Amino acid sequence: MNTSFQSIFDTYNWDDTLASINAKTAQDVEFALEKTKRDLEDFKALISLAAKPYLEQMAQQSRLITKKRFGNTIQMYVPMYLSNECQNICTYCGFSMTNKIPRRTLTDAEILKEVSFLKEKGYDHILLVTGEANKTVGVPYIKHAMELIKDQFSNITIEVQPLHQNEYEELIQANLYAVLVYQETYHRAEYKKHHPKGKKSNFDFRLETPDRLGRAGIHKIGLGALFGLEDWRADSFFTALHLKYLQKTYWKTKYSISFPRLRPHSGGLEPKVEMTDRDLVQTICAFRLLDEDVELSMSTRESETFRNHIVHLGVTSLSAESKTNPGGYVIDPQSLEQFEISDERSTEVIAKMLQENGLEPVWKDWENRW
Amino acid sequence: MNDLLTIADKTFHSRLFTGTGKFSSNQLMSDALIASESELITVALKRVDVNNEQDKMLKSIMRPHINLLPNTSGVRDAKEAVFAAQLAREALETNWIKLEIHPDPKYLLPDPIETLKAAEELVKLGFVVMPYIHADPVLCKRLEEVGTQCVMPLGAPIGTNKGLKTLDFLEIIIEQSNIPVIVDAGIGSPSHAAFAMELGADAVLVNTAIAVSKNPVAMAKAFKMAVEAGRMAYNAKLASVKQHAEASSPLTSFLS
Repeated sequence: MNTSFQSIFDTYNWDDTLASINAKTAQDVEFALEKTKRDLEDFKALISLAAKPYLEQMAQQSRLITKKRFGNTIQMYVPMYLSNECQNICTYCGFSMTNKIPRRTLTDAEILKEVSFLKEKGYDHILLVTGEANKTVGVPYIKHAMELIKDQFSNITIEVQPLHQNEYEELIQANLYAVLVYQETYHRAEYKKHHPKGKKSNFDFRLETPDRLGRAGIHKIGLGALFGLEDWRADSFFTALHLKYLQKTYWKTKYSISFPRLRPHSGGLEPKVEMTDRDLVQTICAFRLLDEDVELSMSTRESETFRNHIVHLGVTSLSAESKTNPGGYVIDPQSLEQFEISDERSTEVIAKMLQENGLEPVWKDWENRW
Repeated sequence: MNDLLTIADKTFHSRLFTGTGKFSSNQLMSDALIASESELITVALKRVDVNNEQDKMLKSIMRPHINLLPNTSGVRDAKEAVFAAQLAREALETNWIKLEIHPDPKYLLPDPIETLKAAEELVKLGFVVMPYIHADPVLCKRLEEVGTQCVMPLGAPIGTNKGLKTLDFLEIIIEQSNIPVIVDAGIGSPSHAAFAMELGADAVLVNTAIAVSKNPVAMAKAFKMAVEAGRMAYNAKLASVKQHAEASSPLTSFLS
């Protein structure tokens, strides 16, 4: 089997898709809310303007479905930025090549110091993040970092440049559990504008990354769009389309969806399309109503108030106390961040908040010997 | 509405596939099959006299638009199934094969392990493989991966006419499949067939319910209409049973 999402994606037109979402009516939303199994047309209705008055109903259903499938638990994870070196220009990112910031890639000793801090906090699932600089933070560096820390974490996820299938296979052999790869936007022309230079400017190579991961046999793939670059409704639809394709094709793999909204950073790009808190809740609930099993992840980009409430609405995994700069926990807390975080509460405070809300923070949910 | 079913290189107008067993005469079988308007008819290789070009059963089936689907009914393992398929290809000049391996003579339940092994081998040998299986969603994905052109999960034990006893699993199979899903075995009445089509099955295969009814020709026509109605309802998107969320305190008031 050697299929790819691109052949499906190419049959869709962005403007037609958006028009189809905008044409959904209250009747379509009510129809979707009444169903037990929903398809992508129902998803369009649930993310449409017509669904706005139904947000509370969506939230109630989303909560019930999530509790049924995931119980009263929230998975905890933490990002560790290994490097801010990057050869891409991305208009929205603090690591963008043209930004004049000090560049740093953590050494072994620095990685272990950061790890020691995070282990004390109780984390057992870690997300390793780099910019895209193949010479310094290519596969050998990532693999080495994983081997350095693998005995200390049950679950290692990476968010790095898209790799080739054989490279993923090599990392999976070294106990890689999951890969997060966000398309940023599924709008081909806008994608090009936001990624004018560097390997990341290759839209199709990025689009087909989950296919390469699926073929390599990865345990979990994380998808998402960066809301704010383009119309969030259309980007949500294409994310859902991508998810459904992948679930059918690479059926042994688990999937997660993240919901990053454009945040202030040193590049200074303002969101083209505003996504309000209400819109974000609608999107999260729509994904839960589309798919009972997909993991939904929420980062510290969002505010305290928002995160306190969203844990009841469908989200299943949460990061806390995140630093988005290499060495940010112990080594160099003052260096420039990739983006500003909003929820700066400590891990202990977040865990307590979850417990007070009747939710169990889960620190370990994988065994890396499998 | 142009709603054709494609399997491998063939396109079908009718989503009702039929079988040839249990009829009281070849003439009655022929009349019923004509009334069904089925374009894919399965025939047990074990019942065909491959050395006799005038085989009466085959002669009563064959018409220009009819596709013959030999099945391996009677074999007990993958080795026998591959052999039977090769025999069928030579005798009937078709590379289509309905793969049936049921070592259990009482309920004729399909052997999943031997079926997967045989399917993989037959695909490599260039066959269009249509495997008869239990309604097992994981097995369906494994078969899809080895290259079968469809899956044929059972609705109930073969010949029982009990309907869709495997409903929960059929729903999962239909949701997950990238290849046509043909509900096979157990369909006992036109309403069962319509229900399978409403669920989103791509086709159904019916034999006993037609063959052993009091009026096989009328029953074949009833199945034809039921399959069309079920498919039409599926395309029209059924209204759903209403679900009410549990009443509790508002979750979204923090947004206002």
